[in-house]
Amino acid sequence: MAVALAKEDALAARLAALDLPQGGFTRAARAAAVARLQALGLPGKRDEYWRYTDPAALTAVAPPTAEASDAQGEVPVFDGLDRVKLVFVDGVFDPARSDDPTLAGAEISRLATADAADIHWAQGIYGALEAAGQNPVPRPLAALNTAAATDGVLIRVTARAARPVNLIYVHESATSDAILHHCIKIEAGADLTLLETGPAGARFNKVLEVDIAEGGRFHHVRTQGRDHARRAATHVFARVASGALFKSFTLTANGALTRNEVVIDIVGDDAVTHVAGAALGDGATGPFHHDDTVFVTHRGVRCESRQVFKKVLKHGAIGVFQGKILVKPGAQKTDGYQISQSLLLDDDSQFLAKPELEIYADDVKCSHGSTTGAIDEEALFYLRSRGVPVQEATALLVLSFLADAISEIEDEALQTEIFTVLEGWLARHKA
Amino acid sequence: MLKINNLHVKLEAEDKVILKGVNLTIGSGEVHAIMGPNGSGKSTLSYVLSGREGYQVTEGSATLLGAALLDMAPEERAAAGLFLAFQYPVEIPGVGNMTFLRTAVNAQRKARGQDELSAGEFLKLVREKAKTLKIDADMLKRPVNVGFSGGEKKRNEILQMAMLEPKMCILDETDSGLDVDAMKLVADGVNALRDAGRSFLVITHYQRLLDHIKPDVVHIMADGRIIKTGGPELALEVEENGYADLLAEGV
Ligand SMILES: Nc1ncnc2c1ncn2[C@@H]1O[C@H](COP(=O)(O)OP(=O)(O)O)[C@@H](O)[C@H]1O
Ligand SMILES: [Mg+2]
Repeated sequence: MAVALAKEDALAARLAALDLPQGGFTRAARAAAVARLQALGLPGKRDEYWRYTDPAALTAVAPPTAEASDAQGEVPVFDGLDRVKLVFVDGVFDPARSDDPTLAGAEISRLATADAADIHWAQGIYGALEAAGQNPVPRPLAALNTAAATDGVLIRVTARAARPVNLIYVHESATSDAILHHCIKIEAGADLTLLETGPAGARFNKVLEVDIAEGGRFHHVRTQGRDHARRAATHVFARVASGALFKSFTLTANGALTRNEVVIDIVGDDAVTHVAGAALGDGATGPFHHDDTVFVTHRGVRCESRQVFKKVLKHGAIGVFQGKILVKPGAQKTDGYQISQSLLLDDDSQFLAKPELEIYADDVKCSHGSTTGAIDEEALFYLRSRGVPVQEATALLVLSFLADAISEIEDEALQTEIFTVLEGWLARHKA
Repeated sequence: MLKINNLHVKLEAEDKVILKGVNLTIGSGEVHAIMGPNGSGKSTLSYVLSGREGYQVTEGSATLLGAALLDMAPEERAAAGLFLAFQYPVEIPGVGNMTFLRTAVNAQRKARGQDELSAGEFLKLVREKAKTLKIDADMLKRPVNVGFSGGEKKRNEILQMAMLEPKMCILDETDSGLDVDAMKLVADGVNALRDAGRSFLVITHYQRLLDHIKPDVVHIMADGRIIKTGGPELALEVEENGYADLLAEGV
């Protein structure tokens, strides 16, 4: 009871500190989210789902202050790519720094302004995918987001989008508490690539809801990096219809506390969903705690899902993976695959993994595996004996370890961009 | 070229002495062979010279072209011109053979103050050398040694040697696991590199490799020492009589 009361107080304090938007077309969804939240309470470290990650900094009334990060002259990722740039500064869309949001094959609007409308195509998505994703595991921070999000982007894709959309986050204020909520609808047969880059604020709570209709294709590539003091809770909720494709890849470098949840609901048949992540943590440059939590539900037949997560950890960095494949009754011929691996570059670092399968159909192929290992000393010596200096040899082995996750990105140009970021990180974190 | 003086080596992790005073001098352009029974310390000698961890030198020294070899990191030894063709080449999943070769070639060029090869120059060179060793494009593309047959791995070692153009080449049982044709390929690859400025130390069990790579000097190693040194005829003697007589003499 004491815990429940403490949770209630914490939630009341958190909500009181927020300026909850009234909402236009989102009004009902926001009210429902507040009700959901009141039933759930904020997450605490006693919760089973938060066993490996302490959410205190994510639920506190105010974020710990975090100075804006310095890019140190680094060329931003995806810089050379032709894309529509939409810039959010400390959680607020900045039209002046953004491209004109017109894109052949898609309509793009801004949540903060579109929300005044009584009706909008996003009405069936905003907060709806999040609400559906609260079962069987509660995700209170996502409900909080639905209730409190002040800005975001709404993208409806009706054809093959001519260019990728790049959400670029900028962190300027040391106290910003950015809460963004994006909704994406991929209509039947349509196709979009979404890129997300940059540090978003002192604290960041983000929900991305993606609804993919029959035969639609969605590619998502994001990078989280540079902001060592990052405290971020992100959720991706995807609803995937028959014959559709969902592919999401995240590169995470640094960050005091990052929890990335991906919740995929495969509602149709013959769909393909891949979610992958590569994380690099070096405790010598600040605390690093990175948590990938994934939940894939198979409802249709002949669907394929893959989870490929790799983490490279050193100097006390902590990596967490919680991944689940749930195969519902009747979801026959499911092909589910999950692998989580860590490469510990010293004895101080830690990888905690909880892989789960829950299967209620008899004709399925599902596998999962989790490994923790060190650099292969034999391979390292072999490289050095060929004249490759130890740092360079280590970097090459780290890249080869991460390669399986990166190859989950379909577009080779995007893969190259990610490798460039990785090489830069490895060059800066040699020792 | 290479001078090994009274080299004593034990395992770092246990009190096991493996090399018990090895003396060996190889002149420029010479080919020396070391033969000897299994477990006599031949691979250990080649590993210690190339800087593998796990061994402790308790006495003695080794120099390459006058430079103290044992103080250098493995990559420095390579840059100084040392090359070991491994008895058991290592598989590196995820690193393409081509990337591996280019990284190695350019790292050594950099260490020697030379410009890196351009992608085009490198490709031309590697194709040419691979062709003579019958290494196809597929083997160059695959991850280093992964899924290679025993013979392919050994040919891949020789390809690396040809690309890196070392001064002192140590071949540790490069002939083991090779059929006659593959051995001929490997021997041709080695012979093509023979040069007044390059020396070889060929470790082998069998005389047959030495039919193709003619040694100037043959050493017999047993129980961590070189117990006998002679000309090519010594290899023939081993071939005919085995090691038993030599070992008895050596004691
Ligand atoms: N890393 C090691 N750990 C344990 N024993 C070793 C190790 N390296 C070598 N040895 C031992 O040292 C001896 C010499 O081995 P090695 O140098 O491989 O001989 P060779 O190559 O002549 O067959 C053997 O008894 C072998 O078991
Ligand atoms: Mg041996």
